[in-house]
Amino acid sequence: MNAAPGARGILRRAPVCQPKSGPLSPPSPPSPTRRAPRWPSLATALAAAALLFTGCLRSQPAADLTIVNGPEPESLDPHILTGQADGRVAEALFEGLTRYNPETGRAMPGLAERWDISPDGRTYLFHLRTNAVWSTGGPITAEDFVYSWRRALDPATACEYAGNLFYVKNARAFNAGKLPATDTLGVHAEDSHTLRVDLEGPTAFFLDLCAFWTLAAVPRELVQRYGDRWMTARPFAASGAYVLESWRLNDRIRLRKNPRYWDAANTHSEIVDLLPCISPTTALNLYITGAADVVWDKELVPVDLLDVLLKRPDFHSYDYLGNYFFRFNVTRKPFDDPRVRRALALVIDKDRLVRKITKAGERVATCLSPPGIANGETVYHPPAGLPYDPPAGRRLLAEAGFPDGKGFPSFVYLMDTQKTHEKIAIELQEMWQRELGIHVELRQLEWKAYLRAQYMLEYDACRSSWIGDYDDPNTFLDLFMSDNPNNRTGWRNAHYDQLITEANQQTSSTAREKILQTAEGMLLREEVPIVPLFFYAGIEYFSPDRISGVHANLLAEHPIRAIEKHPVQAKPRPAPAAATHDRKPAGVIPAG
Amino acid sequence: MYFLRRLAFMAPLLLFISFLAFCLVHLAPGGPFDKERKPASPEIERALQAKYHLDEPLLRQYLRFLGGLAHGDFGASLKYRNHSVTDIIAQGLPVSLTLGLLAFAFAIGIGIPAGIYTAVRRGHWQDFGGSLLALLAICVPGFVIGPILIVVLAIHWRWFPVALWGGPLNVILPTLSLGIYFAGKIERLMHEGMTQTLQLEFINAARAKGLSESAILWKHAFRLAILPVVSYLGPLLADLLTGSFVVENIFQIPGIGVFMVNSSLSRDYPMVVGLVLLYAILLVVLNLAVDVSYAWLDPRVRHE
Repeated sequence: MNAAPGARGILRRAPVCQPKSGPLSPPSPPSPTRRAPRWPSLATALAAAALLFTGCLRSQPAADLTIVNGPEPESLDPHILTGQADGRVAEALFEGLTRYNPETGRAMPGLAERWDISPDGRTYLFHLRTNAVWSTGGPITAEDFVYSWRRALDPATACEYAGNLFYVKNARAFNAGKLPATDTLGVHAEDSHTLRVDLEGPTAFFLDLCAFWTLAAVPRELVQRYGDRWMTARPFAASGAYVLESWRLNDRIRLRKNPRYWDAANTHSEIVDLLPCISPTTALNLYITGAADVVWDKELVPVDLLDVLLKRPDFHSYDYLGNYFFRFNVTRKPFDDPRVRRALALVIDKDRLVRKITKAGERVATCLSPPGIANGETVYHPPAGLPYDPPAGRRLLAEAGFPDGKGFPSFVYLMDTQKTHEKIAIELQEMWQRELGIHVELRQLEWKAYLRAQYMLEYDACRSSWIGDYDDPNTFLDLFMSDNPNNRTGWRNAHYDQLITEANQQTSSTAREKILQTAEGMLLREEVPIVPLFFYAGIEYFSPDRISGVHANLLAEHPIRAIEKHPVQAKPRPAPAAATHDRKPAGVIPAG
Repeated sequence: MYFLRRLAFMAPLLLFISFLAFCLVHLAPGGPFDKERKPASPEIERALQAKYHLDEPLLRQYLRFLGGLAHGDFGASLKYRNHSVTDIIAQGLPVSLTLGLLAFAFAIGIGIPAGIYTAVRRGHWQDFGGSLLALLAICVPGFVIGPILIVVLAIHWRWFPVALWGGPLNVILPTLSLGIYFAGKIERLMHEGMTQTLQLEFINAARAKGLSESAILWKHAFRLAILPVVSYLGPLLADLLTGSFVVENIFQIPGIGVFMVNSSLSRDYPMVVGLVLLYAILLVVLNLAVDVSYAWLDPRVRHE
């Protein structure tokens, strides 16, 4: 900007007299030293500095496969993590005696190539592969498993999933710190490649438990040397198909193929990136712009867009090992009367809930165990629970002393802050009002406060859910034993406890199934401390033309090693599949 | 002297803030290890609490925390149990700072010239147009602007990546989403400041002396007119750092804004106190810097 008087700039001259230069006029003021205004240079300097900084970020080679995993894993240490998103990564890094079959989600040989089971089902003898080595070299031995399982059960590790090992003899006592000599723990290394496991009782699902991340092999030297920070040590010692290359919180986890893995020939992708994401729309955006190849967390589905998404061929939904239910607090009146609980359950139109609100193809649930769940080598057939029968509900309520809902106290239905829960709760509220004349209030609490209210039994009815850990009804049914910390209903029934314990002593699948059916029937037809609403649906987005190796199974277990991304048009088009929201029968196992 | 006094006051202030944050987060119901799935036995829970000293009395836990602080160690995060709070902050802070600085540069780079221009063109269509745009920028929240930008610029026209962090192109959309609001605010403040200043008597005197408009504007009026903006800079930078939570969520950016909110929701005690302290230090230092620059810009303050 020219500051000389009389010059034209972007500014209009103010309407005052401008003295013309003449012999008597004061000397024209020297051009004011134009201090360039600070702000543009400051702004530019800042911007340049910041851009340089971002430009300095090392550009990494592109990954062969990018998966949007779900929320950021809290830990990748198999003895600390608890979430399924965490487990999916840990399962790629550390393997157990068995591993998951990508198609069925059942256990198949992992680091153990075969095993012998004693006739009473209480002793397992695992024969480890002789070609199994750590990614840093050095064989994986039975002592590694003994160490790993002891670490999981050690009270100092504070492993939250140690309960999965309580089926091993004396494990519970060891975990409580009551066992003086560690030799009495039921896991021993007979020799370097033979592991003997003694169980408390015949456990039909023990092999599935062995594939679970808590029972995986962790590298002893690294853990002993570095303590809780052992995962940052390099070189990384992995027992699974992949090695952890880098982990940036909220950015990405990068895995690299472990060439020393015993089955490395069948590991398809060299570099895999796992992206954390909690916003469903961001996950969708990443997928449709091609920044991600697979999205596999059922929470990452924008519910408002489900109608559109369901029609796409790359949207896959199928039965999942999870149940959405609500709990009654049976220590509070009038929920101490089973007739009241049954009445409230009979008037719920669950079909409407899954059609109108959740819409992803969930199945209505009258029982706890999802369809297709296994019982040892066979499929379990759960009993039918309470149907949708409003007249019967009204009759029961009248019997209990509240004809037409008269005199029934208004109660509070508690839930956390997710939108879907609110919508479902509103439907329930309306159904109870319309069919039974009962007034219900809805209350939303922040997550931790909601959990606290549940633990302390400070609620009337509250929304709940449960995702199973392994493919067996016990993962759902043992929740409601009297002393199980996850019971949280105040319901205690010695007969039920006895049935569950008895079921877990059976070696015959048929006998076991009968007992489990009796127990489940009693839980869900007579006592009804909980009311199941629907089974969750596992949901994934991936293009079937380009991604192979992701199969619909009940556990939604998709081992990363089996997933392969094909270049465009290199893969022959698969035979036209049924409409995407049809479910393939999950976990079908030939009756044995 | 004043400066040194302010600095000396910082240490007890931060101590008090850390204690307050510590107590408040412990008062909230629920604990860091409360999960939908409780461990299979009470012994496991007890072991977990003991491992992180959560079963000790509150004061002892606080003193333990202070002891760690003396070594520059905030402790292990209770949610990300393999990471220490210092690790997490060290990973996330540069990212948030980069985003914040870029948004700041954008805000002042757009807001100040726009404010001056609309003030000089007061009463004309440029004034009304500019003020309308500024108002829109202030009223439309970041979580509306962000998705609109994504849909138009990243999905419809694939100019920019849709999310994530890592290259120069990734920073543009988040910067815009974060910076537009502040650009609007700065425009308003600059406009106000410049309008007021241009009406002062000494401007008339300068004009009477025969100075050109641009000399009046840049040499005399600007220094005074920018004062409202300068005093806003402290809260602005604080807002930038905290407002980044929404933008970081939408664009999946690995900054610390997300941790700031989520750590209190997950009752991650060391992380909460660590982050509160970090923000407190930043705010105190920034406010001090603003006060100093205020004195430098306005000679009247200096002579007090």
